[in-house]
Order: sequence, then C-alpha cells, then structure tokens
Amino acid sequence: MSAFLALSRRELLLLWRQRGEPLIALAFFLLAALVFAFGAGPDAALLQRIAPGVLWASALFAVVLSLERLFESDHAEGALDQLALSPISLPMVVAAKVLVHWLGSGFLLLLAAPLVALAYGLPWALWPTLLLTLLLGTPSLSLIGAVVAATALGARRGGVLIPLLALPLMLPVLILGVTAADAAAAGLADGAHLLLLGAALLFALPLSLVAAPAALRQALEAG
Amino acid sequence: MVLLQGRALAAERGWRLLFRDLSFELDAGGGLLLNGPNGSGKTTLIRLLAGLQPPLAGRLLWQDRPVDEDREGHRRRVAYVGHQPGIKPALTPGEQLAFEAGLQGVPAGRLAAAEARFHLTRFRDLPTALLSAGQRRRTALARLVLSEASLWLLDEPATSLDAEGEASLWALVEEHRAKGGLVVVASHGAVPLAGVARVDLAQFAPAVAPA
Repeated sequence: MSAFLALSRRELLLLWRQRGEPLIALAFFLLAALVFAFGAGPDAALLQRIAPGVLWASALFAVVLSLERLFESDHAEGALDQLALSPISLPMVVAAKVLVHWLGSGFLLLLAAPLVALAYGLPWALWPTLLLTLLLGTPSLSLIGAVVAATALGARRGGVLIPLLALPLMLPVLILGVTAADAAAAGLADGAHLLLLGAALLFALPLSLVAAPAALRQALEAG
Repeated sequence: MVLLQGRALAAERGWRLLFRDLSFELDAGGGLLLNGPNGSGKTTLIRLLAGLQPPLAGRLLWQDRPVDEDREGHRRRVAYVGHQPGIKPALTPGEQLAFEAGLQGVPAGRLAAAEARFHLTRFRDLPTALLSAGQRRRTALARLVLSEASLWLLDEPATSLDAEGEASLWALVEEHRAKGGLVVVASHGAVPLAGVARVDLAQFAPAVAPA
C-alpha cells in the first residue's frame, strides 16, 4: 500500500511538473466542441439537442490524445523496468497510473464541461445528468485506454496506433453516456442509464487491471 | 555456498540467437564480469538474470530453486541499473530517491547516506533534465545504497562517471560483496574488483552456419 501511495505521489508530481500536457488535452477538448458548433450551424434548438453528444465525442478525442504519455516515457527511460522489479505489483502500477491519468484527463474535462454546456445553451435541467455521466464514464475511458497504451508499447507508430485501437473500444461508454442525457432530455428517468455506466466502470476496472499488466509484461520481455 | 546458478542459458533478441550453453555459478560475495563485443548479449543476459526476460533455453536457479517458480521472491533480491536507469527528467534527484525509498519501503533516514555516497548534495534539487550524464548516472547508482537487494545487476555502471564517481561505485560494490552480496557487471572498461569470475560472451555465440 505504501508503494502504491509512493507511486501515486510521483505521478501527481509529474502531472504538475508537466502540466502543459493535460492543458493541451483540455484545450483540444474545448476546440473540438467549438468545431462541432461551427459545423452544425447557428440553429439553437439543434445545438441544444446535440450538446451531450458533442461533449462526449470531444471528451473521447481528448482522452485518446493523452494516452500516449501514460506508459511510453516510463518504458523508454527504463522506469518501467525498475517498477517491475520493485515490491509493487504491475496491477497496482496500472491502478496508480490510471488514477492520476484520470485526474489529468477525464476529471479535468469534467471541470471544463460546464463551459461547453453553457456555450451550447444546454437546459439547466440536463446539467446534473450530463455531469454525472462524465463522472461515471470518464474513468472507464482511462481504464480502457491503459490497456491500449500498454499494448501499443514498443510498436513503431504507437502514437497513431493508440487512437485506432482505443476509439472503437470506447464507443460503448459514449453511447451509454449520451443515451442517459437523451433520456433526461425526453423527460424520462435516467437512473437505468447511469447504472449501466456504473456497470461499465465495474467491468472495465478488473479487465484493465488484468489486461494492461499482461501487455506491460510483454513489452518488458521484448526488452 | 552457490547462490545463483545459470545452466545452459540461451537467449535471443529479435529472432537472432545471441548466446547458448552459457553456465555459471555465483557464491555469496561473488562477482561476475561480463565481457564481449557490442551486440553479444550482455544487456540481454543481465535482463534475463533480473527475471525481466525469460531465457530461450536453460535454467536460472537461486539456491537450487528455479527462479521462475518464485518470481516475486526473485525481484525482491534484484537491484538493476541499466543503460536507461529510469530516472525521470522532470524530477530532481532528491525527489527521485525519495520516491524510490517510498517504493522500496526503506526508511527515509537512508536517503542522506545515499546522497552523500555519490555527492548528490550539490545538485539534488535541480531537475534531472538539466543535469549532466554523469550526474544522472550518480543519481541512478545512489539507488543501490537504498536497496536491500542481494543481487546487483550493473550494465555499464561506470559510463560517464568521473574518477571520483568510479571510485565511489567500486568501493560500494566491494562493501556489498563483503556483506555477502552478489554482483554481475557488464562492462567494456576496466573493472577493479577483486576475485571476480569472467564470462566472455563471444565464446557462447552460436556457430556461424557454413556458407
């Protein structure tokens, strides 16, 4: 446990020292949302209707953009070797890194989401549902992303490979998030959708903590 | 007493056989020096001894027990300093070592000893990205002072070190051996360690197929 805390603390310190990277992901998120608005045109009713989808799609792109840094530098600098030889187990390494990755991606986007919601004129009644879907859904994105980032280690074009592999795997989370917001917009109960998002998270958590360490071990064995 | 034993080890890299039929024994306090031309498999052998890579053939034994039966136990006895020593450029040497201490569960009191040993005090609070190659190497080696591992695996540990740094390194290794620790060093340069066995990897290279 103390090793987990030590690694989490190091990851947080690195996130702060290299804060340009999460800020770039954040800027990308806001810009992507803006691009969709220009693409859809000035129809206020249409903008309101597509706001949840735009938010989720932009969040997906921004998270995928931030995945390469998750393991790549640790692998290239030999820090992954040291972690593999230290008392901390690889699943715990993944857990600590995913947790801090989420703080620097999904959580950050959640904080910025109200800006986009305001710009799209999203009705106040939908805000709680939309923010809840992001809170429940974005950790799944980081967990799925960790598997993909670990798998792409050592691949010559890892940076290009990651979005290609990650986006299809993340689509179910996006669909659940957007349908929850749609249900709320139609005046229906959104509870079932939120529960499904929670279930997706509970599914992604053990899957990621088994698959990502296995992929890391592969990368270590390749040298 | 024989602690570490390699029996007929073979390894490949990228489908190319590097060495085969390599056997060795290391007693408590023993040292093994790996020589060989570039690409002969020194780094691969060291990673194999660390348990980071499985051998292609042969067995690695610790006290007559195969290492792959007890990976957890093996990684606790290994300290590895490689070409890429895993120093984060955005952290200072002080932060890096404090993290290592936390990770290994070593009391923070040992940090001062580790920093003093390799004279890190002058640059301990500078970001590693600004340090020279030798200063980074010193930071990586200072981890050995924190480590409680019995098997030290050092891949070209003296690279970029000045005379004073080298002296600190070899003195530390001899102290470790005096306490019964084991060391395996891959090096092209002179290694002033007493009573170490030598393995020339070129002797274990596969025979070139006749044309």
